[in-house]
Amino acid sequence: MTELVDPTIANITVFVLAIFVGYHVVWNVTPALHTPLMSVTNAISSVVIVGAIIAAGPGTMSLGAILGAIAVGLAAINTFGGFMVSQRMLAMFKKKEQKGKQQRDVT
Amino acid sequence: MSPNQTALWYLIASVLFILALKGLSHPRSARRGNFFGIIGMTIAVVTTFTITHRIDVSIGMMALGGVIGLIVAKRVQMTQMPELVAAMHSLVGMAAVLIASAIVSDPLSFGLESPIPIGNRIEVFIGTFVGAITFSGSIIAFGKLAGLGKYGRIFSSAPVSFPGQHLLNLILALIMIGAGIVFTSSGSEGQWTPFIVMTSVAFLLGILIIIPIGGADMPVVISMLNSYSGWAATGIGLSLNNSLLIIAGALVGSSGAILSYIMCRAMNRPFLSVIMGGFGGAEGDLSANAEQKEVKSGSPDDVAFLLSNAESVIIIPGYGLAVGRAQHAVKELVEKLTTRGVRVRYAIHPVAGRMPGHMNVLLAEADVPYDQVVEMEDINSDFSSTDVAFVLGANDVVNPLAEQPGSPIFGMPILKSHKARTVLVNKRSMAAGYAGIDNPLFYMDKTMMVFGDAKKVVESIVIALE
Repeated sequence: MTELVDPTIANITVFVLAIFVGYHVVWNVTPALHTPLMSVTNAISSVVIVGAIIAAGPGTMSLGAILGAIAVGLAAINTFGGFMVSQRMLAMFKKKEQKGKQQRDVT
Repeated sequence: MSPNQTALWYLIASVLFILALKGLSHPRSARRGNFFGIIGMTIAVVTTFTITHRIDVSIGMMALGGVIGLIVAKRVQMTQMPELVAAMHSLVGMAAVLIASAIVSDPLSFGLESPIPIGNRIEVFIGTFVGAITFSGSIIAFGKLAGLGKYGRIFSSAPVSFPGQHLLNLILALIMIGAGIVFTSSGSEGQWTPFIVMTSVAFLLGILIIIPIGGADMPVVISMLNSYSGWAATGIGLSLNNSLLIIAGALVGSSGAILSYIMCRAMNRPFLSVIMGGFGGAEGDLSANAEQKEVKSGSPDDVAFLLSNAESVIIIPGYGLAVGRAQHAVKELVEKLTTRGVRVRYAIHPVAGRMPGHMNVLLAEADVPYDQVVEMEDINSDFSSTDVAFVLGANDVVNPLAEQPGSPIFGMPILKSHKARTVLVNKRSMAAGYAGIDNPLFYMDKTMMVFGDAKKVVESIVIALE
């Protein structure tokens, strides 16, 4: 047992477990919030920006660095836009609840 | 930062992403969830900066992309959400392709060996083709949703099909996989040709698999592309042995897959048949048939009279409400009715509109309290005790043919508006719905049609009520 586990196996382990987590968490999402769910997951998938930053960062000018830099820009549109638009949408769902609460408090 | 520290920070970010999704289980916790997502992303990016040699270019590009993203997110109308989401999926897809190309060109800067080990090559292959299909497929979906049909037939919201379509797709898929196998087994020399062939074929495939899918199946397509964008991120994560990307990608991928499943179930159609497309081609002749039957049509004044005399009303919004941007007018109408003592609720079918949850967002934008908005399963038993069902721009989701064995949509769960005492239907014309089949609801004795643009009709009803 001195041999180390191949990183690919470790990756697959993480991958399969994450699918299970995703499965259980997403089934609990209320149908009313399915559109915000898409925009939030969209923003989360822009985490590929991590790969893009590494690609853009070797410090020397190369094809890989240029492609990485473009990818950073594209993914950033998603990161900022995705979370922002989710915030906007969710604020609309929130607003009424506060209003409803106020009305209940008044009565 | 040591690799171990980096991995731990990535773990924290992954947990925050899970909490972001968990928050969406209730509108009350949803904003906090989104905030967790933002923190997770910040941790991910900052951690990556600390392990990168040169970050000025990245920061510049992030600022540029960020400003564009923020402006778009601020300005977009809620009725345009489906297009926006499709456009964003395409960006993730393209980013994945670019990163994969960067890995192929310069594996050392990612800490991989050169030539790239075969395991990572397989993962690069997966990340690339899924990313490429996501990109071009989402562009087509964007065009269909944004109504760019006039600029090219491939963006037409009607299904585009031609003989041998599935065979062509199959052949292209085989070429793509073949090129992928050549790529995985090649060394640093001669890897670009199969890589470029594989990527180009994947771009083409993305276009071809989305064009035959028609407008009303868009909720499935957009969920599917959502899922693909996650799998593309996972592919990149596997290639780079990066657990954060793997976890985030798997979360997004399974989320999109679940949404696709929910949408298909709401249409009672197998996922494969939706993806094969071509549904709803026979619209023309059936609507011609429909004209021969008699419908009762009324004016907004008649509707106002019926609504104000009702005790309970259920409003069924559909795509027509989104197209007409009638949500604010409807809210006003409902307020007027409520002050008169009418009990009004909204009934939402899962596939109403063009994306999952589309109607809920539109109503939320118009400040409709979400306890008035009821999902299909929870409201269907109430129709028989309801005075008026008011169908606003919906068609197939209220078609009683779905309960008749032998009809093309038999088995599709519907909102049972035909059980209400009176049915009011607002439509722009008598044209058949997307499924291309006639709707007997329109010819029932208790049904009254009000033709016209949803917003204008509702506004005239409001005036008539005053």
